[in-house]
Amino acid sequence: MTALAATARHARYVIAENPVTGFAFALFVLIVLAAVFGPHIVPYNPLSSDTAEALQPPNMHHWFGTDQLGRDVFSRVIVATRLDFFIAVASVALVFLMGGLAGVAAGFFGGWTDRIVGRIADTIMAFPLFVLAMGIVAALGNTVQNIVLATAIVNFPLYARIARAEANVRREAGFVEAARLSGNSDWRILAFQILPNVFPILVVQMSLTMGYAILNAAGLSFIGLGVRPPTPEWGIMVAEGSAFMVSGEWWNAFFPGAALMVAVFCFNLLGDGLRDMVDPRRRT
Amino acid sequence: MLTMILKRAAMAIPSLIGVVIVTFLLTRALPGDPAAYFAGPAATPQAIQEVRVKLGLDKPLTVQFGRYVDDLAHGNLGTSLTTGQPVVTELRNRLPASAELTLLGLLVSIVIAVPLGILAATRPNSLIDHACRIISTAGVSLPVFFTGLILVYVFYYQLGWAPAPLGRLDVFDNAPPQVTGFYLIDSLIAGDFGTFVASLKQLILPALTLAIFSLAPIARMTRASMLAVLSSDFVRTARASGLSPFTVIVTYAFRNAMLPVITTLGMVFSFLLGANVLVEKVFAWPGIGSYAVEALLASDFAPVQGFVLTMAVMYVAINLMIDVLYGVIDPRVRLEA
Amino acid sequence: MAHMTAVPALNVEGLTVEFRTRSGIVRALDNVSFSVEKGETIALVGESGSGKSVTAYAVMGILDPAGRVTAGRAMLGGLDLLAAKPSQLADVRGREIAMIFQNPRTALNPIRPVGRQIADVLIRHGNVPRNEAPAQAIEMLRAVGITDPVRRAKAYPFEMSGGMCQRVMIAIALAAKPSLLIADEPTTGLDVTTQAVIMDLVSDLAKDLGMATIFITHDLALAGQRSARIVVMHAGHVVEVAPTKELFAHPRHPYTAELIAATPDAAASLDQLASIPGSLPDLRRVDLPNCRYSERCPRKTDECDRPLPRPDPGATHIVACWNPLP
Repeated sequence: MTALAATARHARYVIAENPVTGFAFALFVLIVLAAVFGPHIVPYNPLSSDTAEALQPPNMHHWFGTDQLGRDVFSRVIVATRLDFFIAVASVALVFLMGGLAGVAAGFFGGWTDRIVGRIADTIMAFPLFVLAMGIVAALGNTVQNIVLATAIVNFPLYARIARAEANVRREAGFVEAARLSGNSDWRILAFQILPNVFPILVVQMSLTMGYAILNAAGLSFIGLGVRPPTPEWGIMVAEGSAFMVSGEWWNAFFPGAALMVAVFCFNLLGDGLRDMVDPRRRT
Repeated sequence: MLTMILKRAAMAIPSLIGVVIVTFLLTRALPGDPAAYFAGPAATPQAIQEVRVKLGLDKPLTVQFGRYVDDLAHGNLGTSLTTGQPVVTELRNRLPASAELTLLGLLVSIVIAVPLGILAATRPNSLIDHACRIISTAGVSLPVFFTGLILVYVFYYQLGWAPAPLGRLDVFDNAPPQVTGFYLIDSLIAGDFGTFVASLKQLILPALTLAIFSLAPIARMTRASMLAVLSSDFVRTARASGLSPFTVIVTYAFRNAMLPVITTLGMVFSFLLGANVLVEKVFAWPGIGSYAVEALLASDFAPVQGFVLTMAVMYVAINLMIDVLYGVIDPRVRLEA
Repeated sequence: MAHMTAVPALNVEGLTVEFRTRSGIVRALDNVSFSVEKGETIALVGESGSGKSVTAYAVMGILDPAGRVTAGRAMLGGLDLLAAKPSQLADVRGREIAMIFQNPRTALNPIRPVGRQIADVLIRHGNVPRNEAPAQAIEMLRAVGITDPVRRAKAYPFEMSGGMCQRVMIAIALAAKPSLLIADEPTTGLDVTTQAVIMDLVSDLAKDLGMATIFITHDLALAGQRSARIVVMHAGHVVEVAPTKELFAHPRHPYTAELIAATPDAAASLDQLASIPGSLPDLRRVDLPNCRYSERCPRKTDECDRPLPRPDPGATHIVACWNPLP
């Protein structure tokens, strides 16, 4: 049986064993679909305002109601999926590369590389993470790229630590020796032998980080750092809607907030399920 | 014991150095002209140049760093553009508000999460165990500002039980005479029970929001740790000796199980200090978090820098205290030969 | 027979234990019966997985939550330990029946001074007032042969050697002067000299207290040195019970004979060591034969498929076999 078929069968077994993981996986697919196709299938233009229709509660025409500018909340929530999902994926990809590479380098080479990576990680961890993200985005400017960068930096220590531990273990492994003997340079070994082996272990963390990245971006947007209006993004929408919560127009802030919750919940469940797939010993 | 404390304190010093360096770099990494940032959006080119000279932003980086450290040593964190006050004074004035809120939230969280985790571990697969697991998973997914808003909507708007989210006290109440800056404590010291109740009422929702946020990791860790300890060899010995269930669970199991939970508290504080900022915005709480957010909106940069630095230093200090607490409970750490 | 009329310290009858696991139900013990007289030392012997420790845990009521006693009685005096309420059990454990475990260092609370751990038992069972317990604990440490007990009472397990930790565990177990001690492989993990010293200590204390001892081990030679009677277990069954000398001189169950043959003595060399053919049957099987040794047994006949013979309660040498050695 090929490796792929074996993985697929194992995945099916885990999902059958734990229907919650199956549910999370289905939800994940839905989110991806919303992200990819959302803007094309929503009933209203997320940016078009119609003040006559402002602040309508959920009804047949506007399933999630309208906001203070008359924009359809449902359309905005669905369209925002793309941005938030992109932020999550980009942050996770970036931190995997940065943290993963730095970590395996530290574990593989040891010595000064290890010490420097360690110092950087320790310094980052000396900050409360959201505060550091705030500081980075405030310093570098309110853009989506900076939110992604800040999230990646803030998660760097965790990935570096995991990758370093794995690289340490594999440093003396047989296939590494074989690669070395056949003339591969250290960097090639790192990139093509060790990093791919570290990936499965990091993939569990990556799913959890996706949830964190969305919460982080939403939090930053909530306090005015990051995504700017009128761009639809869940955090910004909750911020804009928060003033109306107090006076009873709850739908403005509720639906984007609920979407946030559902997405993060899905990524967390997925992470737990992936953990069961990768290492059944570590079930919680 | 003292050597352990000193050793831990010594290990915190590199962290502090790192924090100072990073906050310095953050202010100099501003895209464009840092002087323009500090001068503010309404500044004229001359004003910007004045600020540049005044803050030494025209000097080489190493000299700037020297000045920065020197300023810090003298407690100078710059001046706020919007209020004209020294940042350090404003931070000091607003810190008790944040501290009272965060500590109360943490206390409520521990009081709920730890017993929940213990019960979930001693009654596996019961209703409480499932409730604990659901709360742990859901709690991690809830955005803290969302929780706060929902609580306001339900308890203030719908039920009218909680007061309006307008800060530490109602407009009509006066703050108690300042001793610690904690309204709850100060009002009790002054014997002013009315103010005590009033401040408590304002505190409930924001503290509950923070508590819900930090419940999940504490409950989860307590449950996992208790489960592991309850199946350990020494608990088996304690049971085999016929010790009372209370002694077994509390004196033997719980004290050992708390060790990983205490370590988790460090991570919980990292989340809490960040969540603090968001909760202060939702509830218009006059703490250092909202101070930084207001300054951000006005492009007033010095307070933001001061805020990040202060939070980081507090965090290092808190981690140090947690380390020491761990050493107090676990003799294996204390008596490293 | 004098011992026939006296009430035994512990009388286990028909003990049957199951474990629910993910891969099925493990029938760990089936119809285990044996008794210990007052003041007598017996040994429970068998290879790993034979169910010796499970028997002890079931009697003490400290089975893993996945385990259940499905049948049997364990009479300690007039009390059936297997049917007792948790509060009765907690009273009796430590005071009437005590247990010491292998891996002494992990069996002690790592963050509590050893003196206090002994004092906890004294206060619970020993009718010792709280303020006198610490002094009594020091005396217990002295009684188990720990030098400088005053200083050691304040020490933590990680500061002590394995042998000292085992002594502390003995002190904890014997603090309330129980009438029965179960020692589960107490010398595994200790060096040979310490093993002998610990075993001597247990024997001496048992004699002083008039205490019965059940000594659980996989080491038949050790069992032979220290016990008056031996109970041989295999795969959750009791296969043979006999006075020690008689067991070694005339083993009747084929498994016992193999065990004796496999036990090395000082003069044996590696190639002279016999091993027992086959391996333990998988206790999750639903089709387990009535005699769990039959599939490995060289003396198996068709008779052996029948349910095992009922043991004669009056006999001193009991064999659970249809085709025993003569």
